[in-house]
Amino acid sequence: MSTVVAPPPAPKKVNRIGLEVLPYRGAKTTLCAGCGHNSISERIVEVFYELGIEPWTVAKMSGIGCSSKTPAYFLSQAHGFNSVHGRAPAVSTGALLANKNLRGIVVTGDGDTASIGIGQFVHMLRRNVPLTYIIENNGVYGLTKGQFSATADRGSKQKSGVINDMQPIDCCLLGIELGATLVARSFSGDKKQLSTILKACISHKGLAVVDVISPCVTFNDHEGSTKSYSYVKDHETALHELSYVPYYEEIQIDMAEGETRDVTLHDGSHLRLKKLDRDYDPTNKYEALNAIHQAEDKGEVLTGILYVEQKRDTLLDMLNLVDEPLATLPVERVRPGREALDMIMEELR
Amino acid sequence: MSTSEVSPVASRTGGPSYRVVNDWSIQVATVNGSGSQTANSVLMRSIFQMGVPVSGKNLFPSNIAGLPTWFTIRANKNGWIGRKKEIDFLIAMNPETAREDVLKLQEGAAVVYDEPLKLNELRSDLHFYPVPFDKIVAPVCPDAKLRKLVKNIIYDGVVAHLLGIDLEEMRKALYKQFGARKAKAAELNWNAILAGKKFAEENLEKKDPFSVERMDETKGKIIIDGNAAAALGCVFAGCTVVTWYPITPSSSLVESTIGYFKRLRIDKATGKASFAVVQAEDELAAVGMVIGASWAGARAMTSTSGPGISLMAEFVGLGYYAEIPAVIFDVQRVGPSTGLPTRTMQGDLLSTALLSHGDTRHPMFFPSSPAECFTMAGDAFDFAEQFQTPVFVMTDLDLGMNNWMADPFEYPTAPLNRGKVLTAEDLDKVAEFARYRDVDGDGVPYRTLPGTAHPKAAYFTRGSGHNDKAAYTEREDDYVNNVDRLSRKFETMRSWVPQPEVLVNEKAKIGIICCGTSRYAVEESRDQIMREYGIETSYLRLKAYPFTSALLDFINQHDRVYIVEQNRDAQLMALMRLEFPVDALAKLRSIKYYGGMPLDARTVTTDFVTQEGL
Ligand SMILES: Cc1ncc(C[n+]2csc(CCOP(=O)(O)OP(=O)(O)O)c2C)c(N)n1
Ligand code: SF4
Ligand SMILES: [Mg+2]
Repeated sequence: MSTVVAPPPAPKKVNRIGLEVLPYRGAKTTLCAGCGHNSISERIVEVFYELGIEPWTVAKMSGIGCSSKTPAYFLSQAHGFNSVHGRAPAVSTGALLANKNLRGIVVTGDGDTASIGIGQFVHMLRRNVPLTYIIENNGVYGLTKGQFSATADRGSKQKSGVINDMQPIDCCLLGIELGATLVARSFSGDKKQLSTILKACISHKGLAVVDVISPCVTFNDHEGSTKSYSYVKDHETALHELSYVPYYEEIQIDMAEGETRDVTLHDGSHLRLKKLDRDYDPTNKYEALNAIHQAEDKGEVLTGILYVEQKRDTLLDMLNLVDEPLATLPVERVRPGREALDMIMEELR
Repeated sequence: MSTSEVSPVASRTGGPSYRVVNDWSIQVATVNGSGSQTANSVLMRSIFQMGVPVSGKNLFPSNIAGLPTWFTIRANKNGWIGRKKEIDFLIAMNPETAREDVLKLQEGAAVVYDEPLKLNELRSDLHFYPVPFDKIVAPVCPDAKLRKLVKNIIYDGVVAHLLGIDLEEMRKALYKQFGARKAKAAELNWNAILAGKKFAEENLEKKDPFSVERMDETKGKIIIDGNAAAALGCVFAGCTVVTWYPITPSSSLVESTIGYFKRLRIDKATGKASFAVVQAEDELAAVGMVIGASWAGARAMTSTSGPGISLMAEFVGLGYYAEIPAVIFDVQRVGPSTGLPTRTMQGDLLSTALLSHGDTRHPMFFPSSPAECFTMAGDAFDFAEQFQTPVFVMTDLDLGMNNWMADPFEYPTAPLNRGKVLTAEDLDKVAEFARYRDVDGDGVPYRTLPGTAHPKAAYFTRGSGHNDKAAYTEREDDYVNNVDRLSRKFETMRSWVPQPEVLVNEKAKIGIICCGTSRYAVEESRDQIMREYGIETSYLRLKAYPFTSALLDFINQHDRVYIVEQNRDAQLMALMRLEFPVDALAKLRSIKYYGGMPLDARTVTTDFVTQEGL
């Protein structure tokens, strides 16, 4: 064997907290090549890595569907839970009750959220459960092979030619009306915007709902589908150009005053919205609802941060929990003393 | 049974020379929502305070106000506090049912009634005591609006006189009921009791044989309903997360829990809570939150009744396969929501044992008394965490919502059994963490909690499609290995569940088995069978499923074994059929009652006697 001196290894690329990208990645995807859901997983990996969040502080939750499989494909060092169809809100709420320090990220499908689990979805909205809730919206049930979902637009066509005659459910409208405190829409193919939105969601204190149009290449990416790549590319109108400045970075002014709007998020991060063709105030609920309805009438897909509300209490605030996670409180903190039981017994005598 | 009970009816009507002491039942017939609850519990408590064993059962309609309701108090010097079918003493306050109530009585019974109802015209073989309630209430309660509420308690005074209840005990019971903060209301009611007593003294001549005499059989005991007992059990077992959806007869379990949580589990210094309670949108969400919370390491519970259990089925299956603890109380009641939702039943035994899809089996505990509701609540949390699986505590409406005389609860001193949870420090010491590997040979794997700061901690939770490292698989052998391990885990449970109560009588050829609240009827029935027919029986009361070897041993020791249960389809027996050999099964006979009332001894005895051909 010849003696070759190995070159010194190139320094590994790490993030803010010294972790490589590997623990942010997951298992190899088993979804169809080109599925919008895969792009969203990639963004999630990227965003958590860039923000430098310890993966083990995250709980990755999902329901059932192609979309709900994806938590296996990111953050391998975070606990994940592929639960039951449409019930990720309940399971996630429970997990956060047990451990309020967990960062919840929930991935669901439009079948999960707008059909079987719509009851859980709207009640999670009312409760303002502090987590990031992603709807990978393809207008169909991918995993059961392409039936229409309740978010399919009126007039959109199934591969077999069947036309949807019914009114779609817009999860962003529901989100704004019923209590989510950050509501956004994006497109799986819009890398930059989706990353920025996800970062804002993760920094938000409260429930962040993101409806991501995520084409199903196998069952819903054809002519006549309003959730296909080509349709969304042609009809997407972004509300604003978004940039996100994490709390640990200095803000650099690179946009002209008057053209931008700054939203400070709970952890001190900034969300900078650059006005495009309209002056949009995402803290104004009525304007948000109005803009979504107008876009719908024009057949447009309005993307961006649609709504932010920063003051409302989350479920965990309302419960006024002790500082430590309930799950691991020691027995002395959760079992009242002997005298307490004696007193109650005496009262019942 | 005491001699007085079997004495000829003639003597029951034969005047006060013949006495039936501390062995009778009182039924109060009122209208739902008329405020008779206070009067009834004060009456029951006064008897209890005189040292006489007593029970109280509320038979109420699925309605808020206006429909008939009956409260039955049974006093029994021998301590038989199950339901007794025959009513000795009727207090007829409800015009709607008075006629039927009176016609149902047996000869010699006593009837206190609202005078205008003229019930005395219905029969001549009863002792009637007419009381003009409206006339008596007017002077003691000047505020006409309150009269309707105060009117009822007057019968406490009347009955105190007729039965010989110590008025001082009644006063204590009343003030205890109202508490210091409602002194004024207590006084108003006390005056009404006195007025009833005075009326009775001056106008009613005692003709019936029933009376109460002081005993010393209730010393140190408490009065509590099973739901409150279970609630205390949860609060002292370190439960931290409760999610629920209201349903009779389970709601008061959670409502009591919330009450005790607020009293005992709020940090005095900070005002912060060591508990979280969420009223969910339905039972699916309630159990989903419990599964999520338990997955993340909390002691979480939900409480429901049959209809809720049905809705929880999918999640419970997931809990079984993904191996997630959960404590679920099932306060059983009759049938679907428009069945008899306010009547009791042991109706969910079979469906709960096998709840969900695929091969699933779930442990169930069967408390029979408030003390067991308390201890088994604690046991259930330990068991759920030890075995990482949903556990059901199967009580029923009779136990949950009725007031029971009970032994005081013992303070739990055992440490909480949090099961096989690996912390970050533990993970440093192990070469590999495989979530579903049977490391110890008992079928129970190790788990980690989300949030554990260790590169080895994380795993991905999904239903049954996983290998022992929690990786995705659809392989035949992985699936079979996993479900076989789950079977091993179920076998391990047999030596950890609460063992049955067994009374083997060497002379007995016949054994009787039951669980839960059936015990009161069965214990009394065995006494009846012995005294009336001279037949000795052995007895086994199940406290849990899976069954332990003691059950099969018991069956093998006897020629014939009766299984007494409160449902039509012999559900408990059906569970035995799933696992016992044919020769054992051939010995089994069934005594079933499913009318929705608490089971009574005579029903058991009569069925037994018929089947034995006696
Ligand atoms: C209770 C229940 N009903 C039906 C199903 C079958 N099922 C699996 S995934 C799915 C729909 C998935 O659609 P969606 O949520 O939009 O996810 P996608 O696959 O499109 O990402 C259905 C109906 C199920 N798993 N559970
Ligand atoms: S079926 Fe559709 S949604 Fe499912 S993986 Fe394939 S492309 Fe994606
Ligand atoms: Mg879909």
